[in-house]
Amino acid sequence: MSTIAPVNQPTQPTGPEEGPATTVIKSWKVPIILGVFTVLGFLLMVVFGRTGTSTMVLSTSSDLIQLPDVLLPTLPTGIVISILLAGITALSAWMVQTHRKVPLWLISVFAVLLLIGFLTWASADERIPVPGLLFGSLSLAVPLIFGALGGVISERVGVVNVAIEGQLLAGAFTSAIVASVTQQPLLGLLAAMVAGVLVSFVLAAFSIKYFVDQVIVGVVLNVLVTGLTGFLFSEVLAPNAATLNQPPKFERINIPLLSEIPIIGPVFFRQTLIVYIMYIAVAAVYYGIFHTKWGLRLRAVGEHPQAADTVGINVTGTRFWNVSLAGAVAGLGGAYFTLGSVGAFGKEMTAGAGFIALAAVIFGRWDPIRATLAALLFGFASNLQNVLSIIGSPVPSEFMLMLPYLVTIFAVAGLVGQSRGPAASGKPYIKS
Amino acid sequence: MKLELRGITKRFGALVANDDINLTIEEGEIHALLGENGAGKSTLMNVLYGLYRAEEGEILLDDVAQHFAGPGDAMNAGIGMVHQHFMLIPVFTVAENVMLGHEQTRVGGSLDLAAARARVREISDRFGFDVDPDALVENLPVGVQQRVEIIKALSRDAKVLVFDEPTAVLTPQETDELMNIMRQLKAAGTSIVFITHKLREVRAVADRITVIRLGKVVGDAAPTASNEELATLMVGRAVDLTVDKAPAAPGAPALVVTNLTVIDALGQILVNDVSFDVKVGEILAIAGVQGNGQTELTEALMGLQPRVVGDITLDGKSLRGHSVRQVLDAGVGFVPEDRTRDGLVGGFTIAENLMLDRSNKLPFVKRFNLQLAFLADFARDKVKEFDVRSQGIETPVGRLSGGNQQKVVLARELSRDLRLFIAAQPTRGLDVGSIEFVHERIVATRDAGTPVIVISTELDEVAALADRIMVMYRGRIVGIVPGDTPRSVLGLMMAGETPAEGAAA
Repeated sequence: MSTIAPVNQPTQPTGPEEGPATTVIKSWKVPIILGVFTVLGFLLMVVFGRTGTSTMVLSTSSDLIQLPDVLLPTLPTGIVISILLAGITALSAWMVQTHRKVPLWLISVFAVLLLIGFLTWASADERIPVPGLLFGSLSLAVPLIFGALGGVISERVGVVNVAIEGQLLAGAFTSAIVASVTQQPLLGLLAAMVAGVLVSFVLAAFSIKYFVDQVIVGVVLNVLVTGLTGFLFSEVLAPNAATLNQPPKFERINIPLLSEIPIIGPVFFRQTLIVYIMYIAVAAVYYGIFHTKWGLRLRAVGEHPQAADTVGINVTGTRFWNVSLAGAVAGLGGAYFTLGSVGAFGKEMTAGAGFIALAAVIFGRWDPIRATLAALLFGFASNLQNVLSIIGSPVPSEFMLMLPYLVTIFAVAGLVGQSRGPAASGKPYIKS
Repeated sequence: MKLELRGITKRFGALVANDDINLTIEEGEIHALLGENGAGKSTLMNVLYGLYRAEEGEILLDDVAQHFAGPGDAMNAGIGMVHQHFMLIPVFTVAENVMLGHEQTRVGGSLDLAAARARVREISDRFGFDVDPDALVENLPVGVQQRVEIIKALSRDAKVLVFDEPTAVLTPQETDELMNIMRQLKAAGTSIVFITHKLREVRAVADRITVIRLGKVVGDAAPTASNEELATLMVGRAVDLTVDKAPAAPGAPALVVTNLTVIDALGQILVNDVSFDVKVGEILAIAGVQGNGQTELTEALMGLQPRVVGDITLDGKSLRGHSVRQVLDAGVGFVPEDRTRDGLVGGFTIAENLMLDRSNKLPFVKRFNLQLAFLADFARDKVKEFDVRSQGIETPVGRLSGGNQQKVVLARELSRDLRLFIAAQPTRGLDVGSIEFVHERIVATRDAGTPVIVISTELDEVAALADRIMVMYRGRIVGIVPGDTPRSVLGLMMAGETPAEGAAA
């Protein structure tokens, strides 16, 4: 699919200060993918187009500032968007033909247009509550974000954390019991962190001390935690649900002023304590990794452990404690299931969130902010499925259930390309 | 600071890597530690630096016994090390690398990068290094990376600086500059331990020379000693440093490469529009500092590079775009530069490695069955012919020494009917005895009428083997010159300067 552009470099000798010469590799990947989606979009929105009017609701009833609803005629909107999509596809093809790189923002515009078109089509003669859609997206993304932060910390220090799923589930289970018994959600939160750390200890001990393959330990841990919590749930929690599995949930806290900003306020600032902790955690992990001594050493150990060792950094210790920290962060995400959203522990209630979080880590290129954005995207895909099945979209619900995972696969496989992780991630450091 | 090692003994299982080594380095002295690869020089320095724990012996600094639990202790005591494989984090900036391990922080715990930058600038100005503190290390040429290593050591006030094979990755010019830096450091009172196996460098810069062989100190020498004396001491027997070679009798061009360009996945041009030919019965040496496109060029010839434009013909037949299998079948023999990674399967036996590239047809395979009896006979033959020292053909090659491993690779490649032989870094990391052997075989291959390409970063090797020398710099050919071109001219060419007289061969 790739061809090489003719090399027309000047032949005079290059000075020693210049970087290596480069050329643009002509790749038709992007125009072809955009073309396929344009055709699919055209088929859906125009050929199988629906008539009627789609309504986008922008405000909730409790907002101080009420925004008017946006009314879109379904079929004409579909036609306009199809034309725009075709235009962007043609533009990208022209860019490739003339040896230009297709910029990421153009692909983003394409994706947003496609999304709006799809929403309009699916909501013909229905009302889509936009704040509700986004609020739900954030809720579903919270455990993913905590899990992804745990994954970023762990992988940055050089240990592949496949056990995020196990850490989430252990956090959810423990926080349910502790919060139910003590009637203190804060203690439940603490217990979730401890549970996450305990799962991490096993991962750390086997992978760092005994050099067992990190992926295998992670997978085994997930199976172990799933089995253990499932067993304890049906043997202990289910018969004593009233005393052991009825944790008090965190109350929603409205942040004054901020919560009244249209659209943004209801989505981000009418949340529970765990979500506010998450905002702080994202900022703290970002700042910590890139601007502090802790982060510098952590990254050094994950990139080149021997170099870190030769400047007197304890590689094993750094890895061990940071993998534990990663477990604590992921454990918080587990607590959100029981103390933030559902309100009780259920068997296998994380349902693969840990693996989606792992995908967010890679999609976000091991950067806490980008991983958070990736988790939000996955949360949005999940909630889109919820909202559309509620308003009764014509798409079979089985297909909608596939959506978050389809987005994950496309995002990780298609858009990431050759992203480079921490060089020593997954490699045990064996001192001779 | 005066450094003294007393009776250091370090064992790895049954192997004694350092056997009762005594060494004294006076303050402000450049002390060369000379020895072959595997003599135990690096092990000794790793003991000194706290990376290994010695079984016996002690380390004294200014007559005070030291106990290093790790490199941190050694650094705090004033020992700095410039590692052979740089201990730098490629994705960090120079300043971040220098501050790592002794970071200064500001209020709020944020890294004080400004202070680290200032420290880098201060040291780099003092020695005229010209290093940008904000450059990413992976984007710097190796010569500059080495300076970052030196800055790293000096920023911790190292009084004893250990250079472990520092010239292996440098151009001749960079080597000269490094020698000057060493002299400057010495003048500033730093004691220097200079580990090397290159005789010329030792004689150029060292105040005293200690020779190590098989883990033992075998003697001291003055810098005035001759190459032959030092080599004899190092190897333990008289060695012939030159290669016996009759003048080449080149025939018709066999391999013709025209306008070959190799591009990586990101669009970087690794080999830039090169054209050359290799004639029957000659050795073309491709010289150049590591990383100037030689590796990618050989990979393109072998069919290992996916993005190649231009033409490659061997005996009139095109090779470009052919699979590795087809290239091998066309009669190309290849010794890859990293034998343990690309040349051999460490866990396989000598016999299995000898048939690796012929696992698809007779005589080794008949109707999907390995011909084990034939293979055993073949392997015994080759082991004898190439003098592979082992406990038998069933020995896994991973257990052989570097020299014997390379002989297995050579035996495999040279046992086919070759139309072209490509040897990349054929003697890297080998002992003197094996180097002599490999060079003899390469010359013998040439004399049998096979065109030979030797890729080497060692000027000694290039000078010893080449009938013609092609120098590469940044993916281009700087020039193709006769085999007897002076080292000084080659050195300039390796830095990218076109030869003044425009000599072409």
